[in-house]
Amino acid sequence: MAVLVIAEHDGKSLRPGTANAVTAAGRMGGDVTVLTAGLQCGAAAQAAARLAGVKKVLLCEAPQYEGFLAENLAALIVPLAAGYSHVVAPATGFGKNLMPRVAAQLDVQQVSDISAVESPDTFVRPIYAGNVLATVQSGDRIKVVTVRATGFDAAGESAAPAPIETLAPAADAGLSKFNGQEVHKSDRPELTAARVIVSGGRGMGSAENFKILEALADKLGAAVGASRAAVDSGFVPNDYQVGQTGKIVAPELYIAVGISGAIQHLAGMKDSKVIVAINKDAEAPIFAVANYWLVEDLFKAVPELTKEL
Amino acid sequence: MKVLVTVKRVVDPQVKVRVKSDGSGVQTANIKMAMNPFCEIAVEQAVRMKEAGVVTEIVAVSIGAPQCQETLRTAMAMGADRGILVETGVEVQPLGIAKVLKAIVDKESPRLVIMGKQGVDDDNNQSGQMLAALLGWPQGTFISAIAINGDSADCVREIDSGLEKVTLRLPAVVTTDLRLNEPRYVTLPNIMKAKKKPLEVVKPEALGVDVAPRLKILKVQEPARRGAGVKVADVKELVAKLKHEAKVI
Repeated sequence: MAVLVIAEHDGKSLRPGTANAVTAAGRMGGDVTVLTAGLQCGAAAQAAARLAGVKKVLLCEAPQYEGFLAENLAALIVPLAAGYSHVVAPATGFGKNLMPRVAAQLDVQQVSDISAVESPDTFVRPIYAGNVLATVQSGDRIKVVTVRATGFDAAGESAAPAPIETLAPAADAGLSKFNGQEVHKSDRPELTAARVIVSGGRGMGSAENFKILEALADKLGAAVGASRAAVDSGFVPNDYQVGQTGKIVAPELYIAVGISGAIQHLAGMKDSKVIVAINKDAEAPIFAVANYWLVEDLFKAVPELTKEL
Repeated sequence: MKVLVTVKRVVDPQVKVRVKSDGSGVQTANIKMAMNPFCEIAVEQAVRMKEAGVVTEIVAVSIGAPQCQETLRTAMAMGADRGILVETGVEVQPLGIAKVLKAIVDKESPRLVIMGKQGVDDDNNQSGQMLAALLGWPQGTFISAIAINGDSADCVREIDSGLEKVTLRLPAVVTTDLRLNEPRYVTLPNIMKAKKKPLEVVKPEALGVDVAPRLKILKVQEPARRGAGVKVADVKELVAKLKHEAKVI
């Protein structure tokens, strides 16, 4: 048995979720190899080599992997997979885009977004917006699995880095072209890695009002998130969305401001260690999952909270 | 240009599902069902492209129980021209879905397949990507915009760090994300018209596809509940609790 982990990275460092996928991989049995493929990713490969539990790193650099196009990465991974019992990736946008393409070409049924490993062939995964946990068993020869980061600790640093081997690229499939990204730079921590998150919903009312949350987040060293309603209304960009079809987070502290608590939002944050909810609606469903809740106008409560801290 | 859209019949997203007492599955009998929200967005996109003159024919496909005909009629009421139900009592998993759809695509030769990015019941987010793989077509997942330019489609994708632009050679498979469009409500006249549109029913065997599931569901259960929380009177009390009780700040 041997596990191949497909690292998600930005060339220089590993993205959150990869270290958690390595932990999950370690539970599936056998040596763990990490593949870092991209345009230029020597530094990311070195970061992967330093993760505890990694036996070997494969480094593959080529222009056709810019933007991590699934058609090209799958063409690289599918022939490689024959030597492994499991192929694993974080269940981030990157992994969700790529892995089913790999699974279909291997003619296996992927297990998506696992929150626990029971044995090398049995996994637990949330369904119905996390309201149900399904324990599933795969009889496929190669298990293709994506990992929900909040279900596993991130692998730490190892004493000695693993060896890095260069891998020849596969040909460009010529099916798609990457035309760039629009990403927002921020000094704040990443949503999926933050210890504290301050999140705003429809109640914020406008993009301008999110400044109130940003002030609170600055005081707490927190990331800023949002409900779908806030994103749909244009208050914040799409990458702020926490929820069933957005980001899944489980920080130490999640402060939900002006968020009613729809099933789809809870799916993204209900495993947070401590949940605080501030909403002027005394009947807001979010109070049912909150450790502490405050029924008050957020425009009064949040500035006051920022001041108190 | 012919477009294929897929529509899945799912438990209504507002319903809080319950697990059967023997843990064998989720209770779906007599539960309110609906078209998967991401599939609604897929149908809407196809209809808008037809209204813009980019698409000439929309074929809607569903896979499952006979009641999926209702879902197909809704798609046709939104503007799809005809429907195909691949009828089966099996709970088809994504690999099986992709194989069935490949057989339909081989017969229908659409230039574009638009699918929802995930079913809000099983939250798999696989079928579109798998279909693209089996066809050897490019995939544009989680799209928030699409424009057809001759032989290719320019797509904007929602990614974890923001937005990404890709160009896909046609034919291609795309999967919809939330902000691609806002689906229209179906009007009564269109519901009546949809009853007369063609709806073909086929079996997976007739398409030469084995839809037997690969994953065995050993059990389902509800997750552990969070303990009850407390209401705080004011900000001062909240800060005190977070500092001294929860110790998170």
